[in-house]
Amino acid sequence: MTQLFKLAYRNLWRNKTRSLLSSLAVAGGMSLLLLMASVLEGELRGALQNTIRLQSGHLQIRPASYEEGKISLKWEDMIADPDQVAGQIKSLPQVTVATPRLMASGILTLSDESKGVQIIGVDPASEANQPFREGMIAGEFIQADDREGILIGNILADKLKLNVGDQVNLLVTTSNGDVDEQLFTVRGIFTTRTPGFDESNVLMPISKAQAFTATENHASTIFVLLQENEQAELVAEALRSNNFQILTWRDQNQFVVQFEDYAGVFLVFLYLIVLGITATVVTNTLVMAVFERTREIGILAAIGMKGRGIMAQFLAEAALLATGGVIGGLIIGGAAVAYFTVNGVYIGDMGITGVLFEERIYAHLTLENAITLAIVTYIITLVASLYPARLAARMEPVEALHGLGD
Amino acid sequence: MEVTKITNATRTYKIGEVETKALRGVDLSIENGEFTALVGPSGSGKTTLLQLIGLLDQPTTGNVFINGKDATHLNRNQRADLRKDAIGFVFQFFALIPTLTAYENVEMPLLLNGTKPADRKKRVNEMLEAVGLTDRAHHRPDQLSGGQQQRVAVARALATNPKLILADEPTANLDTENGKQVMDIMQRLNKETGVTFVFATHDPRVINYANRVVTLQDGLITNDSKSNGKH
Repeated sequence: MTQLFKLAYRNLWRNKTRSLLSSLAVAGGMSLLLLMASVLEGELRGALQNTIRLQSGHLQIRPASYEEGKISLKWEDMIADPDQVAGQIKSLPQVTVATPRLMASGILTLSDESKGVQIIGVDPASEANQPFREGMIAGEFIQADDREGILIGNILADKLKLNVGDQVNLLVTTSNGDVDEQLFTVRGIFTTRTPGFDESNVLMPISKAQAFTATENHASTIFVLLQENEQAELVAEALRSNNFQILTWRDQNQFVVQFEDYAGVFLVFLYLIVLGITATVVTNTLVMAVFERTREIGILAAIGMKGRGIMAQFLAEAALLATGGVIGGLIIGGAAVAYFTVNGVYIGDMGITGVLFEERIYAHLTLENAITLAIVTYIITLVASLYPARLAARMEPVEALHGLGD
Repeated sequence: MEVTKITNATRTYKIGEVETKALRGVDLSIENGEFTALVGPSGSGKTTLLQLIGLLDQPTTGNVFINGKDATHLNRNQRADLRKDAIGFVFQFFALIPTLTAYENVEMPLLLNGTKPADRKKRVNEMLEAVGLTDRAHHRPDQLSGGQQQRVAVARALATNPKLILADEPTANLDTENGKQVMDIMQRLNKETGVTFVFATHDPRVINYANRVVTLQDGLITNDSKSNGKH
């Protein structure tokens, strides 16, 4: 075996440039796939995590009458005494946060400009507000007893040229069907680095939101965060009751979940295309090597090497090319992935309804993806060498030695 | 005892619609320890006959025996096995593996027949010494002269201790001095070890070494004569 690889190594080294270029092709293909897989993984993971932490939570407890896409402030469509419900949910060990939220549609007006917004009533003390607290770029976070203060996203602030301390008019339709209007003061401006969210959401204390919308001691949902994404189904099952609908993050993010499936299929096609090109390069290299070394193949056959020995010789060369390519791919691809993991790629506002893409996609390479790609690249390279290896193995010695006498 | 025997062998090549008869019915028996020259003009069938004896090719009709065993219908792998153990080759061009050193080239057939490392080392050193190339053991073919390369090829052919060595124009690409050296070595090994040599040649100086000269013309043996050989 040592002799096999020693000879393979020396044979590859006979034409350094060609061997290095072939290995580089494998490395390039693998790097490209690592980058594509990690960017796609990062995009999906980022979008999902972002949507979970800002919008859907791991679970939402909704009233039994809840209809998707419809914001109703009627008391029968809301959760009564939400603090008590949230308190019960919090007692489950997997639950890290359970907090009531009130959602209402509103119109924000400033002199002659107006914009439709979603008003979110939050418990300012809840840990669920961490993304907003961390993203404060001006002013201060709202207090529970603040009756006039609101927080707005930076995109909305930019569009309406609002600063901390500015006053704006908010208009809502209350639970009674009446229209109410009130002046609020911008206490702070936040960014979640999610343009779709930062352009259309206004935060205020839930007690104020309840008073403003005439939904006293009612909430639209209980926003629940768990220790891990995968606990959602288990906890949902534990919370199942006739009075509420329990919606997991999967239920609420069907688009992302389906997109992830489609992306997986798309990625397989990309793998096949890129690795197909790489395989062609390897096949060509080895076919050239077979024809260049026809006489040597004849000599080896003459001194008693069987077809499978000759085949093993070329497979060993392919294995070395693949090893070099995979190591090179991990280094080059790893460096590219590391760069995009830290710096990301700016995509701006993707604007897909229901999915909160961050303004930058950060690459995320999983160990599973890296190992799978390395193995797949290795196998494809070896498969690509089967044709030239068989070509060499099937040569008749007398034909390989042709032209040596009369 | 016969090392190899060919009976009524023909070999016809077909290229497109054209058939070429390289051998037209050859009977030849080589006894153990012979130092036989196959001679004849270009195209007479010398190389074809060597290839049949060496199991590199199969006759269109007729039979090939190696050490008394009919090898005519062996499959590729069986023929490779028999070549590995029973037959050594020396070719006209210096048929060494260019990426291996002289030592490694001689070692290759021993690796193929599974000789143990210690025995392998001993045998390679013995063979390199026999051809006077101990000091060139770790040189690659491109660092050796043509004569030295052909001596390495002789050492490789003898490494597995075969009973039969086939040499196709072994001195054709060598100058007189190197050609003489190679033939002297081959003759000495034939006398010392009793190994049988069959070589194709049309060099009169080489023919003089043979103790048997088989002449071929147009695919037929036209003369078969024995002598004492040179020296």
